[in-house]
Amino acid sequence: MGGHTNGVDGVTTMLLSSEQIEALQDLGQHIAAALPDEVRETHLAQGELVVSINRHDVVRVLTFLRDDPNCLFVQLIDVCGVDYPDRDERFEVVYNLLSLKHNQRVRVKLPAAEDTPVPSVVDVFKAANWFEREVWDMYGVFFSGHPDLRRLLTDYGFEGHPLRKDFPLTGLVEMRYDDEQARVVYEPVRLTQDFRNFDFLSPWEGALDPSVEAAARALPGDEKATG
Amino acid sequence: MAQTEIKSYNLNFGPQHPAAHGVLRLILELSGEVVERADPHVGLLHRGTEKLIEYKTYLQALPYFDRLDYACPLNMEHAYVLGVEKLLGIDVPPRAKYIRTLYSEITRIINHIMNTTSFALDIGAMTPMLWGWEEREHLLEFCERVSGARMHMAYYRPGGVAKDLPDDGLLDDIYKWCDRFEAFMVDMESLLDENRIFKQRCVDIGIVSQEDALNWGFTGPVLRATGIPWDLRKAQPYDAFEDMEFDVPVGTTGDVYARYLVRMEEMRQSMRIMRQCIEKMPDGPVKVDDNKIVAPSRPEMKRSMEALIHHFKLYTEGFKVPPGETYTAVEAATGEFGVYLVSDGSNRPYRCKIRSPGYVHLQGLDLISRGHMLADIPANIGSIDVVFGEIDR
Repeated sequence: MGGHTNGVDGVTTMLLSSEQIEALQDLGQHIAAALPDEVRETHLAQGELVVSINRHDVVRVLTFLRDDPNCLFVQLIDVCGVDYPDRDERFEVVYNLLSLKHNQRVRVKLPAAEDTPVPSVVDVFKAANWFEREVWDMYGVFFSGHPDLRRLLTDYGFEGHPLRKDFPLTGLVEMRYDDEQARVVYEPVRLTQDFRNFDFLSPWEGALDPSVEAAARALPGDEKATG
Repeated sequence: MAQTEIKSYNLNFGPQHPAAHGVLRLILELSGEVVERADPHVGLLHRGTEKLIEYKTYLQALPYFDRLDYACPLNMEHAYVLGVEKLLGIDVPPRAKYIRTLYSEITRIINHIMNTTSFALDIGAMTPMLWGWEEREHLLEFCERVSGARMHMAYYRPGGVAKDLPDDGLLDDIYKWCDRFEAFMVDMESLLDENRIFKQRCVDIGIVSQEDALNWGFTGPVLRATGIPWDLRKAQPYDAFEDMEFDVPVGTTGDVYARYLVRMEEMRQSMRIMRQCIEKMPDGPVKVDDNKIVAPSRPEMKRSMEALIHHFKLYTEGFKVPPGETYTAVEAATGEFGVYLVSDGSNRPYRCKIRSPGYVHLQGLDLISRGHMLADIPANIGSIDVVFGEIDR
């Protein structure tokens, strides 16, 4: 973990005590031991427990996390997608859970692609309904078994999935009111000037501790100094 | 005798409706006057905040958070700066923590005044709004005095706050305001708490059980009104909340009236926290001492070449954040507001997912409205405290 100003682990001491960190590590081992086939990996980063699982096991894993007396993650706080276009299965679906009893959080992640449906967890957590609709809307990840997988935030009749990395920031269509037709019309976006995307990344030293060895603090843009 | 078939019909509530608290299109399936299903259509205020943030540096992304829940903007900023600070691995100076705690509570009261009074207006009580917004105006003035803006303050920054408190007796004024606000609370409660009409509209309306509240992901006053004493300021304290003494009010019935009472008591508790912040306010810097993250002061920038370079680099390139990801949440006025931040090591967030409490609560509108009369819908919407800036993002 990239400790910066204070030599001790500033991040974790700020929010979590060492006992809490230990409890999270124990929890990670407990989950991995209880679900050996479902869980691919557990690790602790920034004082947060991350559990990577297989896509098709998501219902079983979340049910276990909700009901197991050592977990009791009774609240599904958030579900969201992340797009990594370079990966084979480009999307990651991330579930954030909260346990009120043990005052702990856990993050469950699974990979997905455009053509690989993720089992819906609406039957486990009612809160998942809109979250999954939003992931479908924004990324085009399909959730099988979802009771009502409509678009949520975008316009009626919208095409495309706007939070994908290859979707342009300006969008594809723009709308205006047409006086002659007396209605709103959609037209392809026309820019009077090319979209400007500045690359400000520079070989400036960045925000890392000089005592960390060079390889560990290599940052995007550093290659411009040597190359 | 011929049978008459009564068909249920659909009613479009909104998108422009004064009781919708924003642009909410609500499709109601009615049987007579009884609601059988409520289907909220959201997204009419969708501005693509999460997409825009991916194209901005960490500092440029900050003002977007003011524009989410514009009723309590600093709570949103708070979650974001805590997330960025966690990824950077920095700890801010005590004075900055206290200022942030103080102003988080000020915006909590700003939000609760707006919510409770406009909710009362929705169900027929006009005077609380006229009175309450005067008090709210004073609070917005305190925000203006510290940051220059009444609502969109952009005052919290990764590494502290934008500038120190002004040297014009601001803290004394806030302290004095607390005293007169107590008198206002008594007045407002005398208008509403035992008001027969108000209670007829609120008691036993929109009841949520504890199991449902947890399963549907409710947080904040909506969860506490069911009797679960869960408050992130107590359970997972951030900034100076650990040093503060305050109680977490809970309801017993989980209905609209309980949510109202919880909010009223929370304002009292916020006042307690504000007083403690002012009494204990430490001296010292309000930003971390690291010009790679926080810009140097203006006079310094005019005199020192190095400071000038730092200033230029910070406002063009911004600072780089080490790779990693975090979910950081704060107790916003409406509930748990969280930011899931993914950094790839560059100067821009790779992904910034905003978890807003109002979104989850609005999803539960169907749950709490079924079987109620059409006239109870405004009471239900008002009691879950929705702000469309954060729901649609």
